Amino acid sequence: MEFLHSILVKPFADMIGAPDFLLQVLWEGLVSGVLYALIALGFVLIYKSSRIFNFAQGIMVVFAALSLVGLHEKGVPAWLAVPLTLVIMLGLAIAIERVVLRPLVNQPDIILFMATIGITLFLIGFGELIFGGENKVMITEQLGIPTGSFAFEPFGGFVSIEQKDLTAVIGAVLLVAGLLLFLNKSSMGRAIRALGDDHQAALSVGISLSMIWVVVWFIAGVIALATGIVWGARADVSFALEVIAYKALPVLMLGGLESVLGAIVGGLAIGLLEKLFEIYWGQPLLGGNTETWFAFVFALVILLFRPQGLFGEKIIERV
Amino acid sequence: MLYRTAGQFKTSYAADHALFPVRQDAWLLGVIMVLAWVVFPLAASDFTFQALLIPVLIYSLAALGLNILTGYAGQLSLGTGAFMGVGAYACYKIMTIFPGLNLAVAIGLSGFFSAAVGVAFGLPSLRIKGFYLAIATLAAQFFLVWLFEKWSWLYNDSASGAIQVPNLSMFGLGVAGPTATSITQYYFVLAVVSLVTIAAINITRGRIGRMWKAVRDMDIAAELVGINLMKAKLSAFAVSSYIVGVAGALFVFLWRGAAEPNLFDIPLSFRVLFIAIIGGLGSVLGNYLGAILIVALPVILNIVPEALGIPVSSSVVEHLNVMTIGGLIIMFLIVEPHGLARFWAMIREKMIIWPFPH
Repeated sequence: MEFLHSILVKPFADMIGAPDFLLQVLWEGLVSGVLYALIALGFVLIYKSSRIFNFAQGIMVVFAALSLVGLHEKGVPAWLAVPLTLVIMLGLAIAIERVVLRPLVNQPDIILFMATIGITLFLIGFGELIFGGENKVMITEQLGIPTGSFAFEPFGGFVSIEQKDLTAVIGAVLLVAGLLLFLNKSSMGRAIRALGDDHQAALSVGISLSMIWVVVWFIAGVIALATGIVWGARADVSFALEVIAYKALPVLMLGGLESVLGAIVGGLAIGLLEKLFEIYWGQPLLGGNTETWFAFVFALVILLFRPQGLFGEKIIERV
Repeated sequence: MLYRTAGQFKTSYAADHALFPVRQDAWLLGVIMVLAWVVFPLAASDFTFQALLIPVLIYSLAALGLNILTGYAGQLSLGTGAFMGVGAYACYKIMTIFPGLNLAVAIGLSGFFSAAVGVAFGLPSLRIKGFYLAIATLAAQFFLVWLFEKWSWLYNDSASGAIQVPNLSMFGLGVAGPTATSITQYYFVLAVVSLVTIAAINITRGRIGRMWKAVRDMDIAAELVGINLMKAKLSAFAVSSYIVGVAGALFVFLWRGAAEPNLFDIPLSFRVLFIAIIGGLGSVLGNYLGAILIVALPVILNIVPEALGIPVSSSVVEHLNVMTIGGLIIMFLIVEPHGLARFWAMIREKMIIWPFPH
């Protein structure tokens, strides 16, 4: 009885008892949810257009952030470092397409998945070799991102919102809007979606597979850079950032591997729920640090009821 | 010429289904057995035992377990490291509760615990397929490692949060703990690996193995011809996790000597997956070839620059190591997606028809 009370009643009583703290927790959850959604979006784009489960998305985030900081350390001004990093990501996209993907066209999914793990390892080694393994500080101020914070006082309490988090959320919304516009309105976007629907048919009407792949991987690189800047502003830039890539995986499960909308909704849901669970159930009852697995277990439970995720395409199997 | 099969006639079904239908295969295996049981132990130094021979055997056992699940039954799993951890912690608890127990028995029993956990996390595979299942197995990976860290009963409430292998002996010879000699540890591991391999070969080519392969190739079709999917998938999870758990117990008790929870984190899962894939999914032999490659590679990369007299700092070697392994994985996937086992099959084929091209 005591136990049930501590699970079912007390957390909610705590939430109602301190609404300002709840708001703060929700805001924190929302911000990390936006970041998960961004990473998941990179996955979805690549999966939609090439059926490749790109495990390297996480390391691309680290690599982009490290390139940016590394260039700045070499004396390149911030406004120039960003486009230069984009050029690096373009080079990376072309190299991956040429060296890895082109020879592996038409291989089974698991082989391509393994290849992206190979890319991950290669980039980890390469990045550490060039930039060194130690933590770096994101050039937040040089990029013109405000670092102050707003304070609100709702319900007689206190909620603080960091300006860089606000910038992150606004930037992410703009990025997603731009991406959706690109995918739905431009001819290139239509080609990407066509490729996702049917490879052969898309090829037969003259869509260039290798070109689209480069474009898609480049867009994933741009998203990676945005994620890297935002995440780097909240914590140091290091290879530990790679773990956040794992967080995008349950988001994909929850939202469905092919759905842009799913990635966004799933990311926000997971960000909010894992924060709430950690604060109100994880820390008092389970000894904390539940954020490492909560998202996975939650997505797993949802998946038992909807095997293709919330927004995924219905799985139709033919024999 | 060496592998000529002319003149080896099969006159009964039993002969046709024999483990070695070609006599030379049996000879080759005999040579490898003599190498493993006699030549290596006599010739190897302590370093060779600890850095090459024992890890190769343990990793190939873990990869064999994963290969049964992924290569034979077609269920992709990314949680191998955590299941190895379950085996290791179970073995540790068994040895704490029954201190007088024979280590071999304890390791055999600990496999059942990881099999039970494996079946529990395998249940979603009945509804979830493909990459969704792969991510679902990550749930096991992260949850179990978290549990190893938070549940202090598992490591006997020790302050460091790590498990430490005590001195254990069998028949008067120290097999585990700080006082054990490498050669007894090697023989212990070799014996376990040989036994499990024989069992695995016979399971995979028997009725259950064929059932798994049918499920792997197309599970709906398999169901239509009367295979019970639940039985097939869960038995694959059970057998696979059992072997992985035994490998995990060996990993800690016979090789590492101590373990912290993060030892079983996701890099271990990936390493085992690489071994299985580079070796060749759906083959028993491939696991050994893959393990030799993955274990030997860092050792070689450490020795080569030194031998050539190029001064390289150890951190650079570390980074180059990771890079090379990543590059090699990509290269192997491009050159031969079916792994080293297929290479050997092609070489063998060539040797049988040599000197003719067809």
